[in-house]
Amino acid sequence: MAKTTAHGDNYINYEKGLWSWLTTVDHKRIGLMYFITVMFFFFIGGVMALLLRLELFAPNTAPNVGQILANGDVYNQVMTYHGAIMVFMVIVPGIPAILGNFFLPLHIGAKDVAFPKINLLSWYCFMAGAILAIATFFTTKIDTGWTFYTPYSIRTGTATALMVLAAFIMGMSSILTGLNFIVTVHKLRAPGMTMHRMPLFVWSLYATAILQMLATPVLGITLLLLAVERFLGIGIFDPKLGGDPVLFQHFFWFYSHPAVYIMVIPAMGIVSELITTFSKKVIFGYTAIAYSSLGIAAVSFFVWGHHMFVSGQSETTGIIFSFLTMLVGVPTAIKMFNWVATFYKGSVEFRTPMLYALGFMFLFAIGGVTGIMLATLPIDVHFHDTYFVVAHFHYVMVGGTLMSLMGGYYYWFPKMFGKMYSESTARMSFVFIFIGFNVTFFPQFILGAMGMPRRYFDYIPAYETLNKISTVGSWLIGIGFLFGLYTIVHGLLKGEKAPMNPWGSKTLEWQTPSPPPHDNFSVEPVVTAGPYEYR
Amino acid sequence: MAQNNDNNANVLHPHITPMATYFKVALALFGLTFLTVFAHQFHHQMGSWAAPVAFLIALIKASLVILWFMHLKDDTKMNRFIFAIGFVFLALLFGICAIDFATRVPEFSPL
Amino acid sequence: MSTDNHAHGAHTAHVAHHFKTADQQYSSGKEGIWLFMLTEILMFGAIFVGYFYYHNQYPEMFAEGAKSLDWKMGFVNTLVLIFSSFTMAISISFIQKNQQKKAVLALATTILCAAIFMVIKYFEYQHKFHLGLYPGKFLDAAKVGAEHANLGLYFGFYYTMTGLHGIHVMIGIGLITWCLLRTVRGDFHSQYWIPVEGVGLFWHIVDLIWIFLFPLLYLVG
Repeated sequence: MAKTTAHGDNYINYEKGLWSWLTTVDHKRIGLMYFITVMFFFFIGGVMALLLRLELFAPNTAPNVGQILANGDVYNQVMTYHGAIMVFMVIVPGIPAILGNFFLPLHIGAKDVAFPKINLLSWYCFMAGAILAIATFFTTKIDTGWTFYTPYSIRTGTATALMVLAAFIMGMSSILTGLNFIVTVHKLRAPGMTMHRMPLFVWSLYATAILQMLATPVLGITLLLLAVERFLGIGIFDPKLGGDPVLFQHFFWFYSHPAVYIMVIPAMGIVSELITTFSKKVIFGYTAIAYSSLGIAAVSFFVWGHHMFVSGQSETTGIIFSFLTMLVGVPTAIKMFNWVATFYKGSVEFRTPMLYALGFMFLFAIGGVTGIMLATLPIDVHFHDTYFVVAHFHYVMVGGTLMSLMGGYYYWFPKMFGKMYSESTARMSFVFIFIGFNVTFFPQFILGAMGMPRRYFDYIPAYETLNKISTVGSWLIGIGFLFGLYTIVHGLLKGEKAPMNPWGSKTLEWQTPSPPPHDNFSVEPVVTAGPYEYR
Repeated sequence: MAQNNDNNANVLHPHITPMATYFKVALALFGLTFLTVFAHQFHHQMGSWAAPVAFLIALIKASLVILWFMHLKDDTKMNRFIFAIGFVFLALLFGICAIDFATRVPEFSPL
Repeated sequence: MSTDNHAHGAHTAHVAHHFKTADQQYSSGKEGIWLFMLTEILMFGAIFVGYFYYHNQYPEMFAEGAKSLDWKMGFVNTLVLIFSSFTMAISISFIQKNQQKKAVLALATTILCAAIFMVIKYFEYQHKFHLGLYPGKFLDAAKVGAEHANLGLYFGFYYTMTGLHGIHVMIGIGLITWCLLRTVRGDFHSQYWIPVEGVGLFWHIVDLIWIFLFPLLYLVG
């Protein structure tokens, strides 16, 4: 602490040198480190996605463009890495670890998260896991899909055990982040910042953290058992020894279904912030939105079996899960209606972040409603493992989480870096991503309904046109992200200096300079009113 | 809660459990361990009750450790809630797996 | 951080810059530790769920497995671990009363007990290997004369559960040693003991899991 060197006036230049970043315990710097690493993995996962779509541009029999990847094994590997990277290294840590880390303490008027060193440890866990996961690419690779279903994952001659350990370590990082957030919200709120004065983003992070604490340990032990299974052949998930692969799926989805909400609840939190800020109006139904986050978190634990309708779980269980899954629609719809109601008589301003918020609402509505379709047991039997499912979860994960993540980046970009981005290129990026996304994934609903199975290297000629459209859409998304990258780099290098509060927002992080000083606030804020006192 | 900034909040007043309590709890744990083994000698007579009896004793032992050694007896409501919720969710995981297992269409296993 | 004099003389709490009071720091730390314990419970609990799931499916096979274990070893280990839990608990009381020497003694006893536990475990494993009772597919049912062809599944559970527990004991030894060294250095006193309390809670969880593992693996067939 007692350094004699002069400190800069904000967190970026407070200390200098790479070492000061690698050993920092400042939540803002850790958030930024997550930002850089997660974006890097997003790039890798994105390139894999483009490759997959390129392979599916035409059936394998077509001349020249028919077969891009060497063979089906390579396709399986690329598909697995795309899924595993995007889930474990991009979407799960995306919002909580980057924007949550950066803004949770600022939102509640704290100087840091409750355990800054553990926060840094979580980044190192994440990096260790991520590097291990990438390292498997240079060994025998993996080809199980990101779900690691047994018994195939026990038998396949690939580096599954390593990948599973990597996911275990990244799970630890997720647990540590969640632990930090819960304690921070409970104990470090500024004077006057009651639970019901917290911004909705904080509420959503809080609900997410609860999920991270309750679900991740079960994934941890499941993956550990799978790794042990591969080394010692203990037989717990191996039907050869009387083990039950369906139990693996129960354990796996006990985490992985709530994990879907780990991805999407914070996204909903960001959207709540964006909509109230750019409508210049107090959010409609604050309490309902806040508690519906907790509601989704609670319900999410009772629905995991809808992934297993055709996996061999009993039909009774399937029926129970089918009904329970419908419940998720209730708290989700509560949020949707409240957002729409917020627009009413608001002065809506279509800045880039707001465009993303609207994009989120549009895409998430489609993703959500098709989710209810898939939750219906008899319909799922038909749609299971087809492109309908692929389209559905991309609408939720990409259309939901990624849209709001991008919106959040643009919204908080001035605060994080103290620079303004260029509105025109940012909007261009949005237009390409939004249109490209729909062009890519909407045809997949139709393909799925026509019966095209997912995770296949090839298809019959009847599916060709829609697949071509889908692949073209993936290029549009790629162009959109290039515009986005340009916007960020341009903003960082040539952007105008950002004022303290460019959007006229009311939450606490905008009441401190951009970028914030090392201690977040020069004087500890005292909160006397709710977060969205617009009018 | 955390808002009061007077001097008192900077001096911790630990709740020190008397040594005698620890001794009593440890003795009870030893006693119950012997009881477990003693009960095990009659597991043929108890038949299907042997397992529940062993678990009941384990449960009592666990409660002693949780309440006195881990001081959950004197801890905050929130910490008690946090610890308890783990068991609730385990029960959920177990419950649904059990429902699934119980309602499966029986198939003959060669094992 | 307040520098006012108070009744506790030389000992004052170290309050990190982002906390306002020692009380806030202590209660935050405590809650963090409990949250971590929650994840431990869920992690171990899931294997217990698996155990019950298969026990229900193959009760006779599990009975055969339990019979081949020596409950006396498990019994001794239970006593050792309970005693170590006791010495861990009193070490915190000693630190809270500024009796660091007694605390060091209590912590050292805890480490010793943990080591004894591991040594007994080692002999137990060695005995099993000697009999050819390996986990899962490595157990040759014909060779060991097992009545059930999938006895390996029971030993899969046995080795995974006790192995993961053993890893926790090893981690516990490391953590308690760290506490012991810091106590010797005089870091802990009546105003700052949260790391020892955290490690203590971890150690009690290790004990707690063993309390259930003992009847589950050794007695109930």
